[in-house]
Amino acid sequence: MSATTTTTDPDAARRAPVPAPPRRRRPPRPGRILLVAVLAIAAGYFLLPVYWLVVAATKSTDRLYGSFGLWFDDPRLLSNLGDIFSYDDHVYLRWVLNSALYAGLGATLATLFSAAAGFALAKYRFRGREAVFKTVLAGVLLPQTALALPLYLMFSQISLVNTYWAVLLPSIASPFGVYLCRVYAESAVPDSLLEAARVDGAHETRIFFGLVLRIMSPALVTVFLFQFVGIWNNYFLPLVMLSDDRKYPVTLGLTTWKGAADRVPELTQYTIGGAFVSVIPLALAILVLQRYWRTGLTEGSVKE
Amino acid sequence: MTTTRTGSPTPAATGRRSPRPDRAAWGFLAPFLAVFLFTFVAPIGYAVYQSLLTVERHGPMGLGEPTLGFAGLDNYTLALQQTSFIESFGRVFLFGLVQIPVMLFLAVTLALLLEHVSGRWAGVLRATYFLPYGVPGVIATILWGFLYVPGVSPISDLLGGAAPDFLAYDNVLWSLANIVIWEFTGYNMLIVVAQLRSIPQELYEAATIDGAGPWQTALRIKLPLIRPALVLTCVFSIIGTMQLFAEPLIIKLQAPAVTGDYTPNLSAYNDGFANANVYLAATKSVILAVVACALSFAFLSLVTRKQRSER
Repeated sequence: MSATTTTTDPDAARRAPVPAPPRRRRPPRPGRILLVAVLAIAAGYFLLPVYWLVVAATKSTDRLYGSFGLWFDDPRLLSNLGDIFSYDDHVYLRWVLNSALYAGLGATLATLFSAAAGFALAKYRFRGREAVFKTVLAGVLLPQTALALPLYLMFSQISLVNTYWAVLLPSIASPFGVYLCRVYAESAVPDSLLEAARVDGAHETRIFFGLVLRIMSPALVTVFLFQFVGIWNNYFLPLVMLSDDRKYPVTLGLTTWKGAADRVPELTQYTIGGAFVSVIPLALAILVLQRYWRTGLTEGSVKE
Repeated sequence: MTTTRTGSPTPAATGRRSPRPDRAAWGFLAPFLAVFLFTFVAPIGYAVYQSLLTVERHGPMGLGEPTLGFAGLDNYTLALQQTSFIESFGRVFLFGLVQIPVMLFLAVTLALLLEHVSGRWAGVLRATYFLPYGVPGVIATILWGFLYVPGVSPISDLLGGAAPDFLAYDNVLWSLANIVIWEFTGYNMLIVVAQLRSIPQELYEAATIDGAGPWQTALRIKLPLIRPALVLTCVFSIIGTMQLFAEPLIIKLQAPAVTGDYTPNLSAYNDGFANANVYLAATKSVILAVVACALSFAFLSLVTRKQRSER
């Protein structure tokens, strides 16, 4: 529906035939060399720890200390991975699944709630709208980890600590998500479309789920990515909330391994291999989602 | 869809056709607000309440039954009199004063340089710089931790005797700064890139026609225009620096120079768990939240005032 509106829009038709703007002039040659050098050094810096991780994950415990860190020595990745996954009754697998649950479910709900709230703040006029929006903005500025300890104190009063809810619930509210959704909905969801749907007799809920969510999808990808990464990377909250290591997310689990490596030497290698495995899904998600993310962020500010 | 053109020219005037659609707003807000009140507003209220309490001991030599009493601002006095707590604030201020400018300078430089790379390489490089954002801070610290330790680190192997002790008392703060820079430069760069893309191309062309070189275009036109993105990244960085926690906690496993109250957050955590004084922990959390909010508000008002006076 909205797609046809765009293509038949006379303005768009006028804009379309204009050829792409000519490429900007390339900087002169010495500048070009400097440019390539700086970009390459930066790439080396950002890749170094990840590359080291890949190499180290293939080594045995004594090779880890006895060989040059940036090159392979007697690689044995598969047997390493087997050890990591089977250690302590497959606890590592539990951690990965827990992280996936916390981040997947938390980010999905956060995105949906943010979309609804952002849409409401952008497209309805009601008393208290500004007050709600200001509160949300204050929430954006509030340090998340300063909240973790108070949350723990509160949750321990109502026996919520050491449950999945203790980590999930605080991950579902995303003030920044609401802010982004409001900005995007304001510019991307046309009032006329909502009016038309209402004239057709559609209920507000149906308009939201049938129309608005689809139009807002680029912004929603952004919110989902932010929140997913945020929850996956979160450490303080699960650290204070959880005592049962079967409920740990992977970040918390790996640090307990690292902390215990003094007593159990092979845990050093398990920490490295575990870190390697845990970085893969997120790296892939980032590479794939990065594309959508950019379009989502920019369209919000460009569209009239 | 024809309403765009054939419909009423003033959609606002016809907005009251269905029975009060605006009332639906609260329905859409309800799920978010419920969770927000429960996990943001309530804990702050509870922490403020806890910060006003203390355990009192009565009887001879304070060995009687402990009771919970109202302490007024005693906890705040106690927290602010702890030298180590005040020092931890000084430490994160110093950290932020160095780390934030370096990181944002790198982010802006990379974003501007990437403008001159075309095609597939731009995408590959952008993804490379952004990659560390996907590595949890804890895992990034574990990784860099290995790169800092002489026996394992290839950096120390390469530098030989010239390698500094990254985890020594004087160096560890900057070793931590390096980890944070590594994690967040790409993220900040992407925010700047997004802002650069929203600048109309015509502006650059006009500048080129006026004879501006790439350096001049970058400094005179792009830099002022990405100001909103810089303000946003600055505020997020200030908040992030104030709550520094996971990185020092993990590096502490290897670096004895990092104490249990190295940062304000770490100090609060230690009071709550190691020292089992939740009231003091709540107090420190409140102080930290207030300082972080005050700093970001101060920064925002400074920036907007400057902007206004420039006009």
